[in-house]
Amino acid sequence: MNIPRGMSRRHFMKHMAGASALAGSSFAMGNAIKANAGDLKKRRKSAILLWMGGGPSTMDIWDLKPGAATGGEFKPMSTAGDLQICEHMPMTSKVMDRMSVVRSMSTREADHGRGRYYMHTGYVPNPNMEHPTYGSVIAHELASQRPELEIPPFVSVGSDAGGPGFLGMAWAPFSVGSNGQVRNLGLGLETERLLKRQDMLRLFGSNFAGTKFDADLTKVGQVDRGISSKEHMEVIDKTWNLMTSEQMKAFKVNQESPEVLERYGDNAFGRGCMMARRLVEAGVPFIEVGNGGWDNHGNIFPTLRDNKLPIIDRGMSALVEDLTQRGLWEDTVVIWMGEFSRTPRINGNAGRDHWARSWSVAVGGGDIKGGVAVGATNEDGTRVITEPYSSEDLMASVCKGLGISLNTTFTSRNNRPMKIANSGKIIKDLFA
Amino acid sequence: MQKKIVIIAALLIMTSLVPAASQIALGQSETSAKSSTGRRGPELPPQVQKINELIGQSWADYEMKPSKKASDGEWCRRIFLDLVGRIPTVEEYDAFVRSRSKDKKSKLVAELLYDEKYVEEYARNWTTLWSNILIGRTGGTERNSLTNREGMQKYLRDTFARNKPYDKMVFELVSATGTTSPGSEKFNGATNFLAMKVNEEKASLATAATSKTFLGLQVQCTQCHNHPFNDWKQQKYWEMNAFFRQTRALRRFTPGTRNVSGAELIDQDFAGEDNEPAQARVFYELRNGETRMALPKFVDGTEIGASGYVSEVNRRAELAKKIVRSEYLDKTIVNRTWAHFFGYGFTKPIDDLGPHNQPSHPDLMDYLSGEIKANSYDVKKLMTWIALSDAYSLSSLANSSNRDDDPQMGEVPKFTHFYLRQMRAEELYESLLVATQAAEARGNYEAQERMKTQWLSQFVSQFGTDEGDETTSFNGTIPQVLMMFNGGLVKQATDIKNGGFLSKVAGSRLNEVKKIEYLFKAAFSRLPTKKEANILKETRAAYKSEANWLTDIWWSMINSNEFVFNH
Repeated sequence: MNIPRGMSRRHFMKHMAGASALAGSSFAMGNAIKANAGDLKKRRKSAILLWMGGGPSTMDIWDLKPGAATGGEFKPMSTAGDLQICEHMPMTSKVMDRMSVVRSMSTREADHGRGRYYMHTGYVPNPNMEHPTYGSVIAHELASQRPELEIPPFVSVGSDAGGPGFLGMAWAPFSVGSNGQVRNLGLGLETERLLKRQDMLRLFGSNFAGTKFDADLTKVGQVDRGISSKEHMEVIDKTWNLMTSEQMKAFKVNQESPEVLERYGDNAFGRGCMMARRLVEAGVPFIEVGNGGWDNHGNIFPTLRDNKLPIIDRGMSALVEDLTQRGLWEDTVVIWMGEFSRTPRINGNAGRDHWARSWSVAVGGGDIKGGVAVGATNEDGTRVITEPYSSEDLMASVCKGLGISLNTTFTSRNNRPMKIANSGKIIKDLFA
Repeated sequence: MQKKIVIIAALLIMTSLVPAASQIALGQSETSAKSSTGRRGPELPPQVQKINELIGQSWADYEMKPSKKASDGEWCRRIFLDLVGRIPTVEEYDAFVRSRSKDKKSKLVAELLYDEKYVEEYARNWTTLWSNILIGRTGGTERNSLTNREGMQKYLRDTFARNKPYDKMVFELVSATGTTSPGSEKFNGATNFLAMKVNEEKASLATAATSKTFLGLQVQCTQCHNHPFNDWKQQKYWEMNAFFRQTRALRRFTPGTRNVSGAELIDQDFAGEDNEPAQARVFYELRNGETRMALPKFVDGTEIGASGYVSEVNRRAELAKKIVRSEYLDKTIVNRTWAHFFGYGFTKPIDDLGPHNQPSHPDLMDYLSGEIKANSYDVKKLMTWIALSDAYSLSSLANSSNRDDDPQMGEVPKFTHFYLRQMRAEELYESLLVATQAAEARGNYEAQERMKTQWLSQFVSQFGTDEGDETTSFNGTIPQVLMMFNGGLVKQATDIKNGGFLSKVAGSRLNEVKKIEYLFKAAFSRLPTKKEANILKETRAAYKSEANWLTDIWWSMINSNEFVFNH
């Protein structure tokens, strides 16, 4: 279903006009601002977070310790960059001239829920404040670069990406499965009925919220019913936009050729990475692709070698190559991380437990330098021996890589000023 | 003059036809307790007055005036949602609003809690709530799960239908032995709480879930180290853990197949990790690699025998006894119940009562904790006290003095107005069935629950960690709106041809104005304002058929914030 652009709802509105409850409610279907589209495209930045749920053992992937008692079974291999990584990442090794590894991450949250929150927000959990997650922050900052975007600016593909916190539900992740199917998309109604419903819904919505809204949902007067009554209306508007948008085809991963799918890997993560590239092309500023199963308390080496690493190796390397080939690499930051890592010590079940004190993340693209290893851990991987970096520092660096000013300040709902990335410092060695 | 009319009209919209009689401003603290006694008749329990007094005191302390009272219709919608998990039918709404009885609120609460005709719905609602607390929204739906969701629900349904005292329920859940699946030999549905939590990882899930759910103590972080923000120490975690180490869940198979049909939860002798059953200890490692040992010791420091022989010491049964005597048990159920009715408890999160997390209303929490214990853990009484309190009767519209009382903005809740909240997915599901009168023909209880679980599954996903975390993408997201716009359930609810609710309204002898009124009562538990009625009447001209007009109005109502929020 596609609503013809430019068609106004005047036909119906005239019956409502006397009512004035809908003061100025002729919000546009879709934000069809086509002017300077070429220009905008050039400046559009995006980020893709590859989220490794469960806490991947980074000393078996990015920071190997051959010969150490804690070193495990894998050997390092050389790469296209100036660093070595795990031998079971051969395809990724060829794109390591574009990705870098920060080997001196040191954090304190080693519980899944807390770690997930901290690494996604730059803040430790606080019962009185919900902090916005990576995707919400970056989508919020970059949305103005793409006024033509009709689909959600933050898409989560099979990941628990966290929430928009004080930025509001309009910046919540749009969650889809890796097959790209969005449920309940078609209303099967003619346009005219749709527009009528839209107006009636708006009438009920503003009456309930206890205020009137402008076309862009700026409130006219206080929302006495509470912020969520207004947010509900905003999400409804986003849904109308999405239902009628041509851009939804970005989700259709089955439009890719079998060869491309084969290159990414015909699995949830591979399809997710492929969809991320399609969404970046469509102008979505932030995509998170989830891959779980890294909570390897037992039997870690066969699990990584035979199952986890081949999937990641294929999907991630395909993504970097594809973005490069399409000329998008300089505008797209890719982040690979989990909530923490795993103990250097190998436990009695041939596994590794939770560990946050010394670990690695991989990052590249945008203005971020590729091919380097930043920081270092000691000989058995139990300690960071260079300047330690935090979630805040990583987030600040990602912002810099996307050209987002670190002076950006949000106002939380209780009117507290919140600096972007929680005032993290830039990881200097990631920039030329 | 002209201006004045406009203002009045605007006010009408804002207040959504709140009857003037109920706009009685609440006085503060003591006066409010007195006046409310006078208004409602003498039979309000003393606990209600005490709640009013303590909450009123905090309003005075914060210098906030409470919002005006909610309309009868709003209150009626609220209490139906909170007690039986769905909105009222038009008939139920009419009965309440038309009643002139002074104590009609008390009567409705009593009816919903004790009348035969609501027993099943009450039990269903609380079974759903507690299933989600005890085994999560996905518990038992995974392939070859040891949890049997139906078994859990059977136990809970019986518990709530008979209003089993809360301490007894907790005792049974913590100490249960037997099998998980209904119909199997030695069936005991209570075993489903722990069935999936004892076998892996030295029963760490059982340790964490039991402490959190019944005692409001968050111990999971202290498994590996002393936590900087938490009073719990690693030693305490393992002392708590030692209570669960006799317990195993044994797989039971469907005869002749390799499919798990359920589990049997048993207690067996525990030799300790160094094979000394007379002194059966567990060992753990400090962060610096040192090894320490622990024997079962409850959070208050009391110990039980060290033996690992079940015949000498049944550790889980001992733990259950200690839990039901703990003051944390009382506080946790009070906090949980309060949060159920108000959307926010006295602490956030509600199941973290550690000393690092000070409650917002400590006196009230302590008072109600004492009362629930003194009233033999009769949770229906606690519900009654809360439901009849002044705070619960307030409008969700803020006034000029209490706008800042918004926990969503990170403020401590002061309960000066009702906090808007999204219906839970289950509430929305049941309410859609009510609003569309689709509830009659839907099979037996198990079949109904299966349909509901299937519908819910589209919003629930698991994280794939060892702790069985799950998330729901339900609240206020685009997928939810899409489901409400276009999903099968709403399609059915707005289908005017299927002989259902809407076709009955359309085919009735009511005139168009009355039809709209009927829809308003069904969806919003109120009548349309004059303004709404006029606007909607005007829109009629834009339609050739009345059926399409009614369908669009009904669809828009169901999709509005007023429908999907409890307010």
